Amino acid sequence: MSDPMFILEVAISGLLSGVLYALVALGFVLIYKASGVFNFAQGIMVLFAALCFVRLQSLFGANGPSHIGFWAALVGAMAIMLLLAICVERLVLRPLVNQPPLTLFMATMGLAVVLEGIASLVGGNLIYPLDIGIADDPIEIFGILVRKVDLFAAAAGTILVAALTVFFQFSRVGRALRAVADDHLAALSVGIPLRHIWILIWSIAGAVALFAGLIWGAKLGVQFSLSTIALKSLPVLLIGGFTSIPGAIAGGLIVGATEKLTEVFLAPALGGAIESWFAYVLALAFLLIRPQGLFGEKIIERV
Amino acid sequence: MSALPCLPGKMGSLMNSSTSMPSPQNVLLEVKNLSIKFGGIQANDKVSFDLATGEIRAIIGPNGAGKSSLLNMINGFYRPDSGEIFLDGIKTVMRPYVAAVSGIARTFQNIALFKGMTTLDNIMSGRLLKTRTSFLEQIVHWGPARREEDRHRAQVERIIDFLEIQSIRKTPVGRLPYGMQKRVELARALAMEPRLLLLDEPMAGMNLQEKQDMCRFILDANSELGCTVLLIEHDMGVVMDLSDRIVVLDHGKKIADGKPIEVRADQRVIDAYLGGAQA
Repeated sequence: MSDPMFILEVAISGLLSGVLYALVALGFVLIYKASGVFNFAQGIMVLFAALCFVRLQSLFGANGPSHIGFWAALVGAMAIMLLLAICVERLVLRPLVNQPPLTLFMATMGLAVVLEGIASLVGGNLIYPLDIGIADDPIEIFGILVRKVDLFAAAAGTILVAALTVFFQFSRVGRALRAVADDHLAALSVGIPLRHIWILIWSIAGAVALFAGLIWGAKLGVQFSLSTIALKSLPVLLIGGFTSIPGAIAGGLIVGATEKLTEVFLAPALGGAIESWFAYVLALAFLLIRPQGLFGEKIIERV
Repeated sequence: MSALPCLPGKMGSLMNSSTSMPSPQNVLLEVKNLSIKFGGIQANDKVSFDLATGEIRAIIGPNGAGKSSLLNMINGFYRPDSGEIFLDGIKTVMRPYVAAVSGIARTFQNIALFKGMTTLDNIMSGRLLKTRTSFLEQIVHWGPARREEDRHRAQVERIIDFLEIQSIRKTPVGRLPYGMQKRVELARALAMEPRLLLLDEPMAGMNLQEKQDMCRFILDANSELGCTVLLIEHDMGVVMDLSDRIVVLDHGKKIADGKPIEVRADQRVIDAYLGGAQA
């Protein structure tokens, strides 16, 4: 039971699935950073993007070779997410400039319902297999079994996070983003083009959703339950902090590793299915000790 | 008071504010027949006035007279139902971005700062439009981008000295007392190197000492930095001392326009403030 090799293997499989949680959480963080709003629709965006991809792939794939179908579907799905970003800015955000965050949050709930409706129109209740060209078989590295898809996801996720961190840390867009999240009117008054920032950030969040959707779709098939993995990213965000991109990753890794390890080592004592609730208990503990999360900004309120 | 040496751009104009009178050559901004309605309320009704380069102009009037909405139209936050805005004699459709690019900076009646950021970051945000190096250069943080960042920092430090807020440089503004927040807001506006400074009740809620400081800063911004100032203020003493010319609004309409001494003697103004017969 306590064979170190086995512990390592469990931990690594946990960390790899943690990367996948982190990918979904990343979408939340981006929009939270840019508008101070928890985007309730992020989970459904993941499903929506994956569904668009699958449907486009079958559409293009029917008329040509499959690798062309793959790339065409990828470009097509990205274009749809871009269009979605523009629509969201025009129809949801622009009329709500300078409204309190709660109003914007309610608007994202509405958006989630609309997207759900479109998704069920496009996809129905079927489960679509998604092939991203990477076999889902395990390979052995130093005696540890790892799934190829997980490895790919981890590598791609790392690159994505590094790119986004650099983007926000070192460009003037970063400061502009924080400004927009803090106060719309003030941001406008110093000449920050609010609309462009919003479209940009929702497009990036859309791209991240598409990426997460592809990976999750490849693992589980594209189906409605994909939108509920967003629930798992909630504890990830609470642990990592809502405003931090590295925090989303750290939170994902912590949740992934601890829930797998506790499942294996505490199950005999507590009964099974620890994996399904452990993350939330952990998040609750974090809320008590460090409410802003590991990397979040400390909330300052002058009363 | 430390002067700001070598300010680039349009700042440092030699215009002397106290003697300037509008003439076709030096009108910076002119509004003609601006009207805007909110539901059943005519917030502004055909308001026209002009603003000479280098002057300090005040808008006064009782509560609900339409002062803030006028400022919001000039700044592009509101789009007027009818009427025109001319900047440098050119008809301009104002949007917040257009206003910022054309050198119009503002402060707000209810302070609008980035509360989570430090004083320094707040003021630096006023430099966003002045950033010219490309995204890639900024990532590498080398050469032009490095020099540019340093240049912006130097400029911001001058403004910090100017407004005497050195001690709160690293403090998150959410923690600052009200009067200081007002000052940081002015600092952010000045960081934009504006030609026109719109101040919405810059002294509201301040004590006497803070008001005197703020008056001094406004006068200095005008004379040393060459900012033309359009301000809304309720404190009559301040308005009379500070401004070159005053626009008086009541119920959305302009009822008087002129030098402080003329406005003070105007019967309609007295009526509006004291509740006259034809109000």
